[in-house]
Amino acid sequence: MMETIEFEVLGKKDTRSGFGEGLLEIGKQNKDVVALCADLTGSLKMNAFENEFPERFFQAGIAEANMMGMAAGMTIGGKIPFTGTFANFSTGRVYDQIRQSIAYSNKNVKICASHAGLTLGEDGATHQILEDIGMMKMLPNMTVIVPADFNQTKQATMAIAAHNGPVYLRFGRPSVPIFVKPDANFQIGKADVLIEGSDVTIIACGHLVWKSIEAAQELAKKGISAEVINMHTIKPLDTQAVLQSVVKTKCVVTAEEHMINGGLGDSIAQVLTRNHPAPQEYVGVNDTFGESGTPAELMTKYGIDTPDVIAAAERAIQRK
Amino acid sequence: MENQELERIASQVRRDIVRMVSAVSSGHPGGSLGCADFLTMLYFDQMKHNPEAFNMNGEGEDLFFLSNGHISPVWYSTLARAGYFPSEELATFRKISSRLQGHPSTDKKVPGIRMASGSLGQGLSCGIGAALTKKLNQDDTLVYTLHGDGELQEGQIWEAAMYAAANKVDNLIATIDYNGRQIDGDVDDVLSLGDLTKKWQAFGWEVLEMNGHDFEDMRATFAKAKSLIGNEKPIVIVMTTEMGQGVDYMMGTHKWHGVAPNDEQLTDALNQLEETLGDY
Repeated sequence: MMETIEFEVLGKKDTRSGFGEGLLEIGKQNKDVVALCADLTGSLKMNAFENEFPERFFQAGIAEANMMGMAAGMTIGGKIPFTGTFANFSTGRVYDQIRQSIAYSNKNVKICASHAGLTLGEDGATHQILEDIGMMKMLPNMTVIVPADFNQTKQATMAIAAHNGPVYLRFGRPSVPIFVKPDANFQIGKADVLIEGSDVTIIACGHLVWKSIEAAQELAKKGISAEVINMHTIKPLDTQAVLQSVVKTKCVVTAEEHMINGGLGDSIAQVLTRNHPAPQEYVGVNDTFGESGTPAELMTKYGIDTPDVIAAAERAIQRK
Repeated sequence: MENQELERIASQVRRDIVRMVSAVSSGHPGGSLGCADFLTMLYFDQMKHNPEAFNMNGEGEDLFFLSNGHISPVWYSTLARAGYFPSEELATFRKISSRLQGHPSTDKKVPGIRMASGSLGQGLSCGIGAALTKKLNQDDTLVYTLHGDGELQEGQIWEAAMYAAANKVDNLIATIDYNGRQIDGDVDDVLSLGDLTKKWQAFGWEVLEMNGHDFEDMRATFAKAKSLIGNEKPIVIVMTTEMGQGVDYMMGTHKWHGVAPNDEQLTDALNQLEETLGDY
């Protein structure tokens, strides 16, 4: 039987612009919010905050290690620093600074990372970090959030200011469909079930959430009922949402713009092996660096597009 | 505080240091002994602080960041002797479940410590951040940092140095423990720092020099540094010290950077250091 799933699209925008709007808004609400940027103010959409609150904006220059250390120090005295640069320079370049001065010292720093993953596009593999979720989720005290669209990135940016502790917030460069309601109540660690289904659970984060919605729509036409969960918080993980769904569907697909090694899929696999073993298929980048290309071309070539989610769902169902 | 009294405190701090590292056969006595006079001067004479009611934010108090975290024994002893926690706790140094970790940390909530350190090169950035927050909060107390000379080989130090000068972070006094030695040998042999004073000057800092074992010179230099607060330039003190100061066989060599004395050596060291405040 042919079925269709309607899903309302509210527009199309980049998630980094959601960060920029959220930062400005939370800056208005909370005078302790300060922002630091390493020479990428325009790319991070931090200009509005800089213009509105010049005394609370700190241009660090191309010196990310110092920026992270300063952010850690600024928390002493009650400030809530938001750092902004590309995801690669927010994590891999400064891992030890984050580890010692922010995570181990448990400082209230919000590490906000744009241009994550392959969809940074033409700049190529030097900038396309696909390991950052893994690096950040391994750090004790660190919360890791990967919002799915413009609205959710804005909501998450504001929500993390109210959370006391280090946070890694990961978002991206390209324009993607907006489907989260502008007045949605973003809760750290609480997954969103976007589509209910009974044959397979698709758990996704970031740009792969929309791809998973598209996949569920296609699967419905084939008579396959897919449940789609937006797992915007990788850590702490909403294990209850995972188990509730898998008990029903008995198989899982995880989908992310990240290495399969160390990403969302690994976190979900831990939940399954410990609580409710079930077949799982991974949509992610398989132990390779990216390259230059358009975001769409890269997602196709590296196997993280809608057809890949569909194929993974069919494989997972066959393994039940 | 009178110099004589400071000297008595520093002597006890030195006894604490050698006893702490000897008890666990690990830790870093050399640099710790070299900075005993400096930290005594700072905590007992210079800093405005509140040992009885430590709080992380430290508003209205001077803050201290130890960037070269491996000399934790001298910091722990100074904090204990200043009243942050009972000196008996020094006996737990580097032992399982102790608050006094090999390198300073905040996760076990040691009073007096606001930032983990140990991986080198990070403390100047942290100090600058804290100084920026003090400015935002219109809090006119100061931020002090201490760095090893070998630590200046880390690139992040120079990122921070550039930032502080460009942004006029003039409520911070950094001090360099210029003992000329690091684990592998003399700093000049491992990776020479060149002309340190000129380097800091070229980076836009106000540079002062002092003898880290002369309380009168330290008192005068701190007075000079404080007179320069608010002059739109960050301040660094290049402090000459002797690694191992106070224990004759540890001086004049890099070999006691990270090696603890055995029982016999401990006795020898303690015979050279007067017990003034009572051993823990």
